[in-house]
Amino acid sequence: MSKYKWLVPTLYIAFLMLPIYWLLNMSFKTTNEILGAFTLWPQDFTVENYVTIFTDPTWYNGYFNSITYVVLNASISVTVALPAAYAFSRYRFLGDKHLFFWLLTNRMAPPAVFALPFFQLYSAVGLFDTPFAVALAHGLFNIPLAVWILEGFMSGVPKELDETAYVDGYSFWRFFIRIFLPTIAAGIGVALFFAFMFSWVELLLAKTLTSVAAKPIAATMTRTASTAGYELGLLAAAGTLTIVPGAFVIYFVRNYIAKGFALGRV
Amino acid sequence: MAAKTTNQKAWFFIIPVIALVAFNALIPLMTVVNYSVQETFGNNVFFWEGVKWFEQVLHSPRFHASLLRQFAFTFIILAIEIPFGVAVALSMPRQGPWVSVCLVLMALPLLIPWNVVGAMWNIFALPDIGFLGRVINGMGIDYNFTQQPVAAWFTTILMDVWHWTSLVVLLAYAGLRSIPDAFYQAAKIDGAKPWAVFRYIQLPKLKRVLTIAVLLRFMDSFMIYTEPFVLTGGGPGNSTTFLSIDLVKIALGQFDLGPAAAMSLIYFLIVLLLCWVFYTLMMKDEEQ
Repeated sequence: MSKYKWLVPTLYIAFLMLPIYWLLNMSFKTTNEILGAFTLWPQDFTVENYVTIFTDPTWYNGYFNSITYVVLNASISVTVALPAAYAFSRYRFLGDKHLFFWLLTNRMAPPAVFALPFFQLYSAVGLFDTPFAVALAHGLFNIPLAVWILEGFMSGVPKELDETAYVDGYSFWRFFIRIFLPTIAAGIGVALFFAFMFSWVELLLAKTLTSVAAKPIAATMTRTASTAGYELGLLAAAGTLTIVPGAFVIYFVRNYIAKGFALGRV
Repeated sequence: MAAKTTNQKAWFFIIPVIALVAFNALIPLMTVVNYSVQETFGNNVFFWEGVKWFEQVLHSPRFHASLLRQFAFTFIILAIEIPFGVAVALSMPRQGPWVSVCLVLMALPLLIPWNVVGAMWNIFALPDIGFLGRVINGMGIDYNFTQQPVAAWFTTILMDVWHWTSLVVLLAYAGLRSIPDAFYQAAKIDGAKPWAVFRYIQLPKLKRVLTIAVLLRFMDSFMIYTEPFVLTGGGPGNSTTFLSIDLVKIALGQFDLGPAAAMSLIYFLIVLLLCWVFYTLMMKDEEQ
């Protein structure tokens, strides 16, 4: 029985890879081959779809736009979350527990509920169609997430570290920046990764808050699908490229992913 | 964990977070509340309507149908993903080079933009050009998710299982890894059967991570929008129109702001209420 145990994860991974392989397969086919014949691998291998994406500004700008707001969002979220997470992990203060839950409720808010008011709010403050709008809007769920993850990591650091530093004559900020932040470097990395990831995969808000100048790659894809006919090969190539950043960074955080998803609570 | 010290100045550390989150959460929420009690005919002219929209939504068969579909969907994916995820986690290697390979490959679907997930499954399941569509039709089953409600449900659920089971696997695996080897050795000495090991050693350890997994999967599946929207567009007919899809149709498609706002609030309250229950369970566990 336990001899065949490896079969379960293997079959599961095969199931996971199959649709990804199909996307990859499509991305190397010509439109004619996709619509004309059913083939398990490209007969008429072409990189034309990728060439189009890398040479056409409406395509590659989509990637730049996405990466811009994602990076902005991750840096803002983690920067403001660091002191807050420290406060939650070290101190007891009026309303701390309620506040902590209130933060989590924002992770629970369906983006569909906020789409229209967000559009109006960011139009009113003049940020509509800028990367800042999306970066700030994604803060709605990413800041609480970062606070939770960092709080989880910080609570794992013994309080004696803080006390020893104060005895040694460190001021709070010097201790926080020189000693505490390096100690929880792994937690910061994980928080950054999760902010990056949730901002990267979200589309509803990103699409609502942009029109031309800051349009994310994912929105470029949906609009192409509806306006320029059904260019499946191009769509598949663009989709394949959106998987690359995640696949690239995932290796570094593989052992912490569970902790991040559990909001720092495993 | 050492006892926390009471320090009201800690509030200063939290101000930036509160300011940013409140800007994003409270102002839009108040906009929604504002719309939910008024009627507008455009040009920014509003009339007070009281709770009319709430009554209308709560009595509308359309809302009942979406809500029912939403609960059915969430219930089905939880019933599949939680046991399936635990089963995969239990059969994963406990150490060695394959652990990293498994973790990286399994986490991959979690990092794909949600509309790409929808588009990918669309291409994968189409009866004429998709691998899945071809295989199922090749087995002699008539399958076309753009025409048949049952096939659309099947595809949407399979897509969600594909997309999110790994989350359960990763959490359960992290929980299992926190069990010291000594526990297993003790079980071996006592001659415990695999089922007993699972029931008395592994399951209690998994309780906490599984609460988190249920909480996360519940809230995310309850808010699901992009993936089914790209895959089926809520169709055929309205058969896969879940709450978020219906809400966006009313708010941005028909621009019925009053009913959409009232529905938003009811929707949000349902999510909040159920999450609060899970959260209380989770925290009760943590304090032990």
